Formats: sequence, C-alpha cells, structure tokens
Amino acid sequence: MTQQTSAGRERSARTISAFLLDYGIIIAVFLLYIVLSLQTDAFFSIRNQLNILDQAHQIGLIAVAATVVIIAGGFDLSTGAIFAMSGVIAAMVARDLGAHEEFATAAPWLGWTAGLIAGTLLGLLNGVLVTFFRINTFVATLSSGIVFRGFALLITEAEMVRVSDRAFRELARGSILDVRHTIFIWLGFAVALSFILFRTRFGRYIFAAGDNPEAARLSGINVNLVRTITFGISGLAAGMAGVLSASKFLKAQNDSGQGLELISIAAVVIGGTSIMGGEGAVWRTVLGVMLLRLIENGFNLMNVEPFYQDIFQGLIILLAVALDALRHRRS
Amino acid sequence: MNPTALVEIRRVSLSFVAVQALRDIDLFINQGDIHALVGENGAGKSTLGKVISGIERPDDGDLLINGELRQYTHPRDALRDGITTITQEIALLNNQSVLHNVLLGQEICRAGVLQRGRMLAEFERLVELTGFSLDPDEKVGNLHMADQRKVEVLQAVARDSRLIIMDEPTAMLADDETRVFLDIVRNLQRSGHTIIYISHFLEEVLELADVVTVMRNGRIVRTAPTAEETTHSLVEAMLGRSMLEMYPTRQAPAPDAAVLLEVRGLEAQGLGRIDLQLRAGEITGLAGLVGSGRSRLARTLFGALERDAGEILVRGEAVQLNSTSDAIQAGVFMLPESRKEQGLLLKQSIRSNLSLPHMDSVVGRVGVISRTRESNRIGQLLKLLNVVPPEPRLIVNRLSGGNQQKVLFGKWLFEQPTVFIVDEPTRGIDIGARRAIYELVVELAAQGVAILLISSEIEEIIGLAHRSLVMRLGSIVAEIEAGEDGRLDEQAIMQAAFGAETLQRAAAGGEAT
Repeated sequence: MTQQTSAGRERSARTISAFLLDYGIIIAVFLLYIVLSLQTDAFFSIRNQLNILDQAHQIGLIAVAATVVIIAGGFDLSTGAIFAMSGVIAAMVARDLGAHEEFATAAPWLGWTAGLIAGTLLGLLNGVLVTFFRINTFVATLSSGIVFRGFALLITEAEMVRVSDRAFRELARGSILDVRHTIFIWLGFAVALSFILFRTRFGRYIFAAGDNPEAARLSGINVNLVRTITFGISGLAAGMAGVLSASKFLKAQNDSGQGLELISIAAVVIGGTSIMGGEGAVWRTVLGVMLLRLIENGFNLMNVEPFYQDIFQGLIILLAVALDALRHRRS
Repeated sequence: MNPTALVEIRRVSLSFVAVQALRDIDLFINQGDIHALVGENGAGKSTLGKVISGIERPDDGDLLINGELRQYTHPRDALRDGITTITQEIALLNNQSVLHNVLLGQEICRAGVLQRGRMLAEFERLVELTGFSLDPDEKVGNLHMADQRKVEVLQAVARDSRLIIMDEPTAMLADDETRVFLDIVRNLQRSGHTIIYISHFLEEVLELADVVTVMRNGRIVRTAPTAEETTHSLVEAMLGRSMLEMYPTRQAPAPDAAVLLEVRGLEAQGLGRIDLQLRAGEITGLAGLVGSGRSRLARTLFGALERDAGEILVRGEAVQLNSTSDAIQAGVFMLPESRKEQGLLLKQSIRSNLSLPHMDSVVGRVGVISRTRESNRIGQLLKLLNVVPPEPRLIVNRLSGGNQQKVLFGKWLFEQPTVFIVDEPTRGIDIGARRAIYELVVELAAQGVAILLISSEIEEIIGLAHRSLVMRLGSIVAEIEAGEDGRLDEQAIMQAAFGAETLQRAAAGGEAT
C-alpha cells in the first residue's frame, strides 16, 4: 500500500517536471512580473509596459523570424549585418531621393520599402548559400554577415547616413492611441508568423523540413525552397528592425546592430523552441524576448549595475539550453 | 514460493502516458533457465525486461530477486544484483579495444594506472569460461556484428552477471551470425547463467529456450515449457485468435486490366536498361538481394533519384517525373523502406504526418488549412488503419513500431494512388500490424491500384504478389508468373536473384552483389 502511494507520488512528480519543462517560460515571465511589480512602483504602469514592448521590437522582430528559421532546421547569424545594411540603404534612399523635388513627399516611403526589400533579398541570398550550395548554415550566415557588413561600410564610406526629412521618423516614432507603431509592427509580425506556422500548408512544410528533411522530400516537398524562404523571412525581419532603427534616430551607420543575431537566438532558446529543429512556437519566443526585456527594465528601475545584467542574462540562456537538452533526454 | 526462482514478479503494473504497458504481471524466472518472452510489439515484453533491470519502475507490485524484495531506482542497482541487459542496438565503444570494452567499468588499476597484465589474465579467464576466441587488442569497430555481440556478452560476464536480459539480440544479425550467437547463449547457460530472451523470432525461441512466456496487451497469456509449444500455438496465443492464413485472399486482376505504369528504356546511375509494366489491380513483386537495385529503381520511378534516359507513362500518357512532387501529382506514390530515416516526421503529430504529401487537398487558395476538411479525412483514415490510439494530435514518436508503420502507410492513402510502390512495407513490425498492412495492400489492388511490392522476405512476395520481377546487379533479370496452383515458384525467384554462378558464394554467406 505504501509502495503504491510512493509510486503514485513519483509519477505525479514526473508529470509536474514535464509540465515545468514545457511551460516553464510562462511561469518565469509571470513570476518576474509579480516580483518587479512588488519591488518598484514605476514598473507596473501602462507607460512603462508600453515602453518595454517598444524597446523589445528589434530583438522581437528578429527573434520571431529566427524561430521560423530554427524550426526549419537552420540558423541565421547574419541578421545583425542585415539590420545595418537595411538601415543604411533605407536612410540613403530617403536622403538622396528627398533631395529631388519630384520625389520629396514619397522619399520616406521609398526609403522604408528599399530597406525592407534589401533585407529580404539578403536573406534569400543566405537561403541560396545554405540550400543550393549546401554550405553549413552557421558558416554560411556567419561569413555572409561579414560580407554584408563590409558592403555597408563600402557604401557609407564609414560615414553616418543622416536623413533630414522629419517625415522619415513617422514609421518608428508615430503612434496610434499612444501605442507606438513599432509595437503593432512586431506583435503583428509575430501573430502573422504564428498563423503561417500553425494554420497553413507552408507552416507544415517548415516543421517537416526541420524534423526530417529526407522524409519531407519523399513526401513531395521542395525542402530547399522552404528553407530558402525561411531565410528570406529572417532577412525581412532584420530589414524591418534596421529600417525602424534608421527611422527612429533619423540616421543609420554600418556598424549598428552588432550582437543582435545572438541575443535573438538566445530569446528563441529561452522561450523553449528546440535548437534541433522541427519543434517550437512563436508565442514561446515572444515570451523569451519579454523575459530578457523585463530583466533589463527591472534591473534599470532597481539601479542594479549593468554587468550583473549580463551575468544574469547569460545564466538564463544557459539554463534554457540545459532544459532543452533535458527535454530531449526525456523523450 | 518456488525455491528455484531467481526472479519473482508479483502483481506488477506500469502505465505510460497513453497506454497501460503492464497489467498485473506474475512471473517466475527459474535459476539456470533460458526463459523466452514473446508477443507482438507493444505487448509489454521489453517493458517487463526493463522493470527487472531497473530501467523502468513499476507503479505497483513487487520484484523479488533470490527471494528478497527489491526496489530498483537505477540500472546500476540491478547490476549490483548481477542483472545486465543486452539490447537490439549494440552499445559499445567502437574506437576502443575489445579488452577495454569487456572490462569497461571493471578496470584493474594500481594507483589509478591500468594493470594490463592483470587485465589480460582476467580477459583470458572470461574467454575460458565462455569458450569464445577474440583478440583483446582488436578495435571493436572492426569486428563483425556477431563478434561485437560476443564482446557484449563477455562484458556482462565480467560484471558477474547471474541474469542476462537479451532484448531482440539477433534482430540486427545475419543468419550465420545468428547461428553463432545462439551457441553463445547456450554456452552461457552451461556456465550457470540465467537468461531472459526477448525475441520476435519464434523458431529461435523454440530452439533455444526452456520456458516461454507469451504476452499480449500488457498481460501474460501463458507460461509453458517450450517443448509444449509450436510456432502456430505461439502465434495464436500472441494474436489471441486463430491465424489460419497469414495472407489475405487476393483477387486475380482482370485479364484486360489497363496498364497504369509503363517504363521504357529507363537508365539511371546503378541501373541497367529497365522496361516494365504495372497493371490495374495487379500486385507485382520486385525481388532481389539487398543492393540489387530494387530501392534505387523505386526511388527513380518516384522522381527522388535522377534518371539519364527513358520514358515513363502513367495511364498511357508520358509524364516527366523529375521530382517527388511530380510523381505525387501523377498519382505515383512510394512508401520508403526506412520508416524513421525516410518516412515519418517523428516529432510531429499523426495528423501532420498523414496529410503531409497531400496538403493541396486540404488547403484553400492561399494555403490556409481547412481544419474540418483535414480532420474528416484523418478520422476516416485512422479508422481504416486501426491506429492505436486513434488520436490525431499524438506525436508519432509515442506510437509503437507497428502503429508508426500504419501511419506511414496511411500517409499514402490520404488520396487514392494510381501506382503504389511499397518498399519493405512490413519491416520490423509485429504480426498483427503486418496482417493489417497485407489486407490494405490487397484491398488497394482490388480497388484497381497497380502495386509494386519490394520485399526481402520471399514469403511476402509469394503470399501477396500475382507475379514477380527479379532484379540482380541493377537489371531486371527475370519475370516469374504464377504457376498452375496460382502461386509463384520460390526456387525460381531465388535462382534468378542470386544468379546461377553466384549461388554458391551467396550460400556460403557473402552477399552476391
């Protein structure tokens, strides 16, 4: 009898640990909210919450797209460089066209669009390197990133690109009902990608490509095309982030966005999407991004030295990877 | 209580997330016996082995070793009682020597330095005990499978095992290697070891074991001396019903049945000039040795491998099968030979797997999935396939092998095939699932599908196919038609597959390609 209950208790302990592994991120974000609300008065105000969401848009956009790339079995280490390149191109187009009278009103729009197109094309180029030339995804995007940054340096000649037309600021600084455009853009992008992943044929193909590429191919799926498009999505996201940054500060430079690629991938992992591919969800990444942002915001509000932030963030990433490994051992 | 029982199991139960794996098991394993466990996949025999070796903990019930109550929390607890396990996959350090593998974890050291002389002496002692001959300095990776098995057995003996649990130890071995291995097991018994022998191969069990326990659905059907059992009685007990005929009755195709697939002068890497015709309602076998090009031909027809020359006609119309999606569009489907490597998305749901090749039929114009359309078809398929449990959202990884194979099969029934190439459709699955798949194949043929059946089991081709092609060295070397009794001649197929001149070499154990 005692044996039975101890076995039963152990079984429920196992179910609980499985639950924690799968949904730990929700609990972590929730706990952080409670702790920060109790610790500081400034934290739980609408203003601060909107602020956090606004500040999350760069990592948010890139991380949400990185989720899709990782589920399909890839990695994109060039997003920081694409960010810089797109920002620079957007700013240059807006600046140079703005100088011509006939384009003056359309110049900001043309700039933003040019940045997005550039980002998407660079992403697709990554996809071709990885699929058509069969270069390992780490190596391919690491080196392409270096090349992209090199081109950004080349076209700017290491000068800051400044846009004088204040209308160019509207994209990043504008708001609807006090909510910044950036928040609508990144959360909207997250919702769209989530819909694509779970409700469309293309989403199924993304999971299939990352789970078992050979089985996917033998099911009639063009795995190379699917992977290439995921890199295109990643490029688009990095481009959006770069354009928003240029818009926000009315300037862009070749060395901006360094390290964005890594912190974004970290957010994906913290959310609980497996780095092995074939598994994961966008909502997880959104929470992963929020966790990183909350830590930063909370530490700032509590006046903690910034290097503690780095140590703490690093430890959280480590914990997330360890949990992922544990989850795989379990199954 | 039985005085000679080395292991006694009382009312043991264990359940996993979706299934109850063991229900109220009572079992004695007698000292010195070879005790076989048989049953279909998912019957619970491996799980029972894992309970005894401390890998799984039962929810309920007692485990007694030598009359003493034991609650293992880790395999090393069982190891301390002299219980070791040998599994289907060989688990050795491939880059290390035989000696180091055998004495892994039992190294003889002085002040942390290995004492090679004493380790060799211990190795010799073990070799003498078991009667094996192995070079202690050979790298394990260079050995044949049968010799690697010997290393595993020596490892178990070195750990002072009294009880060795063997889970499908011969599944990966060739016939001659199996012979050698069965002798090894007999030797172990002679040197006083008790063995639990889990196997699908009933002939092996009948030849080797003293006692056999038949399991079904997590319960023990019966335990009896092997001398009282036959293959037939064991199969009946495993299935729970009489199995008069393994293969369902098939209809002969209509004499004027249309040619659904015609191949003219196909050439590709590793394939000679191939011509063939597949007719509606006809099951055509494709026999041949491993490496004779059967799978290569299948993959080429399916557009998964490039072809250099030749024409392919589906329903009399020339088609370009340059990719797998071309083939699927043309109604030519292929069930690949390897379920895990080529077939299934193991981390995805049953639903995602089943509809994957035919997403076009469940999506609207912009590629958004219609859940109702998809669920309806999947509900029908799960019923047809009898997948257990019939839960579309379950991750495929959680299913037993037989149910996984049913899902793989069902993937290609989501829409009706015109031509269906099935490559080793029953590899590694139990009798119940096997029978279900045979029924599906015959049913599809009756519906007018042209089927090309590739199998390494000649009985499968004889039992199902209306006629058979035989491949050797990349070419079709023979076409065997059914004789007057409506059956294919096994001898004729074998001779064509081996080729007259290579027959002797093949019989001597080598592969003829």
